[in-house]
Amino acid sequence: MGKKVELLDVDSEKIMEEIRKAASPPEEVEHWVTIYVMGKPYKVPAGLTIMKALEYAGYRYIRGAGCRAGFCGACATIYRKKGEYRFRTALACQTTVEDGMYLAQIPFVPANKATYDLDKVKPSPNILLEYYPEIARCVSCNTCTKACPQELDVMYYVQAAIRGDIKRVAELSFDCIQCGLCTLRCPAEIQHYHMAQFARRLYGKYMLPKSPWLTKRLKEIESGMYEKGYEILKKMLEKEPEKFKELYINRVREKEEKRIMNPLELEGED
Amino acid sequence: MTLKMIRGYPEYMRESIEMVEKTRDERIKNKEKEIELKMSLEEREELLNKFHPDYAPGGKRELQVGVNRGEIVPNEVADILEAWPALNPDEVDLNDIDYDVDILIIGGGGAGTVAALWANYEGVPAENILIATKLRHGDANSMMAQGGIQAADRPWDSPIIHYLDVMGGGHFANKHELVKALTEDAPFIIRWHEELGVMYDKDEKGNFIERWGGGTSRKRLHSAKDYTGMEIMRVIRDEARNRGIPVLEFSPAVELITTEDGEIGGAILWNMETKEYYVVRAKATILATGGWGRLHIRGFPTTNHYGATADGLVMAYRAGARLRDLDSVQYHPTGAAYPEQIVGLLITEKVRGMGATPVNKYGQAFVFPLEPRDVEAAAFIRECYARNNCVKTPTGMRGIWLDSPMIEELQGEGAIRKNLDAMYRMYKRFGIDMTKDPILVFPTLHYQNGGVEINANAQVIKGDGSPYPRFFAGGEVEGGVHGKNRLMGNSLLDYNVFGRRAGISAAKVVRNSGKPGKLTLKHVKLFAEEIRRIGVPEWRRSPILLPDYRGKRALARKIDLPILE
Repeated sequence: MGKKVELLDVDSEKIMEEIRKAASPPEEVEHWVTIYVMGKPYKVPAGLTIMKALEYAGYRYIRGAGCRAGFCGACATIYRKKGEYRFRTALACQTTVEDGMYLAQIPFVPANKATYDLDKVKPSPNILLEYYPEIARCVSCNTCTKACPQELDVMYYVQAAIRGDIKRVAELSFDCIQCGLCTLRCPAEIQHYHMAQFARRLYGKYMLPKSPWLTKRLKEIESGMYEKGYEILKKMLEKEPEKFKELYINRVREKEEKRIMNPLELEGED
Repeated sequence: MTLKMIRGYPEYMRESIEMVEKTRDERIKNKEKEIELKMSLEEREELLNKFHPDYAPGGKRELQVGVNRGEIVPNEVADILEAWPALNPDEVDLNDIDYDVDILIIGGGGAGTVAALWANYEGVPAENILIATKLRHGDANSMMAQGGIQAADRPWDSPIIHYLDVMGGGHFANKHELVKALTEDAPFIIRWHEELGVMYDKDEKGNFIERWGGGTSRKRLHSAKDYTGMEIMRVIRDEARNRGIPVLEFSPAVELITTEDGEIGGAILWNMETKEYYVVRAKATILATGGWGRLHIRGFPTTNHYGATADGLVMAYRAGARLRDLDSVQYHPTGAAYPEQIVGLLITEKVRGMGATPVNKYGQAFVFPLEPRDVEAAAFIRECYARNNCVKTPTGMRGIWLDSPMIEELQGEGAIRKNLDAMYRMYKRFGIDMTKDPILVFPTLHYQNGGVEINANAQVIKGDGSPYPRFFAGGEVEGGVHGKNRLMGNSLLDYNVFGRRAGISAAKVVRNSGKPGKLTLKHVKLFAEEIRRIGVPEWRRSPILLPDYRGKRALARKIDLPILE
C-alpha cells in the first residue's frame, strides 16, 4: 500500500486508434500465393490461414467455420499440393496457405453415434466393442493417425479399445476436437471419435474417484451453513459498502495448502 | 524483403528474447516476491482510467431508444441495438406454426445445452424441447474456454470467499442474488460433471488439482488440461444427443415473438441455407445466445467464436428486456500478438496461473501476473503504448512477453505438454516452441461482462423491473453476475449455474401453464418506428448473425443480380 501512482501524460483515445490500426489487415500486400478453392484459382496474400485466405478471396462462411482457434473441428480441410498425389488434412483456421494448394473443406461428417444411458452401462472390457463393434475391423493401416490434425495416436487408441483398455483410450484421445477426419479416411469405417467420447465418459464417471472434499462441501452447503454468511455480506453491501470493500481488500491470499478457515468468521480472517 | 527467421521468430525479436533469458533465473528465484507488485485500489483505478479501452474516450455513446435509453454502451453495440430489424414482420405468417413446443432454447452452446438437460431431468420430454442454433451444436465460446471452472470445494476455501472474490473483481457492481447463486451452486455443478463423466485433472484420491486464477484469493480453478471448455461442452452435448434432444442447426432466431398479454411466446427462426423462416411457439423461451466478441469493439481482435455477434441482446432489447453493465467490456490480457495467423486468440490465464510472468522487452517484470483481468490488460497497454517497452511485430502489432519457459522450471519438465497442450500445439503449428521460448501477447476482446438482466431464477427482467414469467436467460448473454469485470473460471461456471436454473424454471412453467397468448410481432414494428425517429440509415440492420471478413478487393467487385437469390 501507499506506493506512488505513476502519472503519465497520455492521450488514451489516440492510443486506442493506434491499437485499432495495428490490428487491421495491412493495406499493402508484399507476397502473393495462388490457391485452388475446390479447383478454382485465387490469388491471396501469403501468410494467411486457409480460412482467412478464402475470406480474402470473397467467400463468406456459413458452414466450415466455428471457433476459428483450433478447438471445435468445424473447419476440417482436405488438400493436396501441386505435383503431389498425397491427400493431406488440416484445420483451415490453424494452417497457413501455401502456393499451389488444392483445397476442399468438409462441412459435415455423417458418422454414427451410439446412444447409451451412462448410468446403466458399466466400464466392462467389452463395452466399447458392444456399442461400436466396427472397431474390430481395424486393419492397423494407421491412416486415421495420419489424418488427425491434432496429431493424436488414433490407431493406438482404437487398438486399446479392442483390448478393452478404457483408460488408455481416454488418455490418448483426450485432445480430440471431433472433426471427423479419421472416420472419413478409415477403410474399416470406424467412428473413432464417437467411440472415444464414450470411453472418456466411462473413464471420467467410473474410473476416476469422486472428490472427497467436494462431497464434504456439498453436505455443508445442503445443511445451510453458509446462508448466514451470505446474509451478513448482503446487508453489509447495502448498508456499509465501504466496510465491504475493506473486507475484500484485506482478505488473505492462500499461502499454505493446509490452512483451514471457518467462513463464518470472515471478519476475523485477518 | 523476407525476414530471417530463427525457430519461429524473426531475427530482430531474438535480441529481446535473449534479454528475457538473462533475467529468467533471477525472476524464478524471486517468484514469491512478485506479490509486491500488486496494486492498491487507488493504483488500479488510476491505471484503468488511463489505459483501459473502456475508459478511454471516443469508444462509447448514449443509447437513444429502448429501455436503457440514456445509458452508455460501446459504439459497436449501439450500432446493432439501434438498427432496423433485419426481418420484416409483414412477411411472416404467425398463424402457421412450424414448431409448437414446451421449451424453445435459442443457442446451442453451453448454457442452452445445460438448460435442455435440466428441463429434461425435470420431466419435460426431450421431443417437446427445441434447441435452435446459428452454427453447429456446440459452436460456442463454451467450447473454447481453456483454463478452467471455479468452485470452492477445498477445506480452506468456502463459497463465501469465492463470493467475495467475485464481488471485488466485478468492482462491487454485481447483483448479490446472482453471485450467491453462482458461488453456492458451484460445488454442485462440479459433482454433476463428475457424474456425467467429465475428465477433470485429479490427484489419486479424486480431489481436484486446483490452480490460481486472476483476482482470486484461493486456488480454485478446476481444469481438464487446457481443454476444459471443450471437455465439458462435448460431454454435455453427448448427453443431449443420448437423450434425443432436437437441435436445429444453422437456424438462428432472428426475432422473439411476443404475446398480446406482454409475454414472450417463442421466436422466428431463419434457416441460413434455404432462407426459409420457421415460426416457433413455446410455453417457455430460454435465451442462450452468448456474447459479442465478433463485434470487434474498438477494433480489437477477439478470442471469440465466429457467431459471437450479440443477437440475443438485440432481440431481447426490442422485446422490452432490460440490459445492464454493457458499458464494461472484458479484454483478456493475454491474446496472441504473434504470429499474425493467430493474433487475438486466447492464451489461457492458466499460463500465468502456472507461473509464467509477463515481462517487457528488456525482460523486466512490470506487473503482478494475476491482477483482475481489466487491471492486467491496462498494465500491458501502458507498457506497450506509454512506456514503449514492447516488442513490435512485422505487421505492426505491439506485445509483451509471457515467459512460458518458467513453467517448465517451476513445475518440472514436461509441465507444459501435460497441462497446456492446446497452447503448445497451437504455437508448434507455427514453428514456435513455448517450452523453450517466451510468447508475445497483447490484450484481446474476450467477454461481455453485462447483458440481459436476470434474477436468481434466471428470469429475464423487463424495463419496469418485473420478471417475465416465461422468458429466461443463461450464459454470456445475461448480465449482473460479473458486475463490471468477470474473473477467470466464472464463465464456464455461469453457463452451468444459470443454464441449469433457466432449464428448471422453464420446466416449472411447462408444468403450471398452458400455451402462451396470441402471438404477435407488434413490438418489432414499434421498435422500427423508434429507429425511424432517430434517423438510422436504411442499411444498418440487425441481428447481424455473422461478421463479414471478405476481402476489400472481392467486395469492390461484388454485385447482386436479381436472379438466383
